[in-house]
Amino acid sequence: MELCDYPAYELALLLRQRSVSAVDIVESCLRRIEMVDGRPGTLDAEPREDDASAVHAFITLTAERALAQARDIDRRLAAGEEVGPLAGIPFTVKDIFAVRGTLTTAASRILSNFVAPYTATAVSRLEEAGAIMLGKVNLDEFTYGSSNESTAFKPAPRNPWNLSRVPGGSSGGSVASVAAGEAPLSLGTDTSGSIRLPAAYCGVVGLKPTYGRVSRFGLIAFGSSLDCVGPIARSVTDAALMLQAMAGPDPYDSTAARVPVPDYIAKLEDGVRGMRIGLSPDYLRITYPNLETGEYGEQPLPEEISAAVYRAAEILSGLGAEIVEDVPMPNTRYGIPAYFVISRVEAASNLHRYDGVKYGYRTARPDDDLNLLYRRTRNEGFGQQPKLRILMGMYVSAAQYSQQYYRKALQVRTLIRQDFERIFDPSGPYRLDALLTPTTPAPAFPMGAVYGDSVMMQYADQLNVAANHAGIPGLTLPAGLDAEGLPIGIQLLGPDFSEDRLFTIGRSYEMATESDPWRKARPAVLAMGA
Amino acid sequence: MTRQFIDRETFDHLVQLAALELDETQAEYLMRELNNQLSAIQELAAIPVDPDLPASLHGIPYSAETSPGLRPDEWHPFPNPDEILAQAPETDDRYIVVPDIPHTTLE
Repeated sequence: MELCDYPAYELALLLRQRSVSAVDIVESCLRRIEMVDGRPGTLDAEPREDDASAVHAFITLTAERALAQARDIDRRLAAGEEVGPLAGIPFTVKDIFAVRGTLTTAASRILSNFVAPYTATAVSRLEEAGAIMLGKVNLDEFTYGSSNESTAFKPAPRNPWNLSRVPGGSSGGSVASVAAGEAPLSLGTDTSGSIRLPAAYCGVVGLKPTYGRVSRFGLIAFGSSLDCVGPIARSVTDAALMLQAMAGPDPYDSTAARVPVPDYIAKLEDGVRGMRIGLSPDYLRITYPNLETGEYGEQPLPEEISAAVYRAAEILSGLGAEIVEDVPMPNTRYGIPAYFVISRVEAASNLHRYDGVKYGYRTARPDDDLNLLYRRTRNEGFGQQPKLRILMGMYVSAAQYSQQYYRKALQVRTLIRQDFERIFDPSGPYRLDALLTPTTPAPAFPMGAVYGDSVMMQYADQLNVAANHAGIPGLTLPAGLDAEGLPIGIQLLGPDFSEDRLFTIGRSYEMATESDPWRKARPAVLAMGA
Repeated sequence: MTRQFIDRETFDHLVQLAALELDETQAEYLMRELNNQLSAIQELAAIPVDPDLPASLHGIPYSAETSPGLRPDEWHPFPNPDEILAQAPETDDRYIVVPDIPHTTLE
């Protein structure tokens, strides 16, 4: 096992014992990147045959910057100075966060030349804790997708477990870099599942924290009432360490809540005895529209997915948790339709700022007319998915339709929130500590299989999006492999600001399954010889 | 065939409002997907809700204790304004240059 495959908490210990240096750790990650990542995502890159044999997580590798930070940490350790809890731990950053002096593209042509003049709070807090950024990783354009195929920076990332599959999106580069051992940690965002879905597809841990737990300052906005910043890691402990460094109020984000940040590590191994964990039939089936008839179909999840959930419930029950079955979550099925409206309205509003005037791409043919400059810049700069979101958002918020669509969607959001309030209410009928569900309706799909069909792509997030509507936290954990060797994920949803409890449950499950044979399996891209 | 919720005329109007300029291939794809998405949200109409049910603009409630509250209205100069200006596609003596705004006569 190379240093780059170690968990972050072990690397932090080894570094403090001076058994390894920060430079050793960074160099190990850089060697892994060199070995498996292939060429970085680039604007207008022509497809090449060998693209199918690499991960392509990165857009911008900041190797020199990382090595300089590593040398500084080694110098401080040698001088006996204090270093932060994440000292020497490499991480990658979804290229939707501003990091001063780096290209910050949102995987879009319209920001392809944008060098951020300031740094996002989440990134600066990780760096203050001593973590070392290796670079900016790929995503769906402006985060709009669940497969990472909509990036304007090609080749798009691939799933390290099977390079013909998508890594999931929109934090595709983040999860791929962590799964392939390029970095132990990555910073992602989740607006309807963009951390949890790809983490499940790539067999890693991902947390969407409570809305307001982590500052959004410096995050390029998509759906401002839904966007959450969260950690991606290979273990629950590492995700907890990472959240610990980022969470808390921020004077630059008026939605970053003033709620005390607990010690996420202290209670990690307290166990689940006495906890009440729910299972809901509404999370064990999917509902999707037939666009021709307008009828909604329902079908059960694949057997391997529901089996992983029932097995986790059995394990947690064996550890002393009480499993509560048949928990009704009747409004889950409305999550996607409501999201189609709310997220598009917010996206359209957020995307109006890109106009070719102050920063980013500007058309070469403005023809001495400001209106033409706007139109041509936006037409040439945005890909299809941002354009579609702008058009949809403008339509459903238009004066004559906003009651029918936007207001109704916001009311449905209230119903979805009430579902969760009912099951987590400490004096209610269910009194749950968490709801246990599958993370995704199916494992990672083949590249090219869904991309272009914007409705089917959105329905991939069906089991994730309710948590974004409600603002509650959701943790995804790897829970085995399917018959084709693709990772399966399970999800824990909890009440507001219950990240500590979700981590405790996750860690219990992790310890109980430590000796499972699938835990020994490695992604194909590593089994090939890395 | 998906139900058509918007016709070409409405679509073209939306494109104008969105400050976009589409070629025919893009327009065809976007209009089809837009109709598909509108078809997918029709389910919302059938959900029975009490007209008095409040609309949620965000999920979690903010109270006086959890909300960060308002900051003092103070001016904080940005430390490196030249890095911001350096992002502008065209500048002249620290002014950002844009083409003329076409004149329109208001009725």
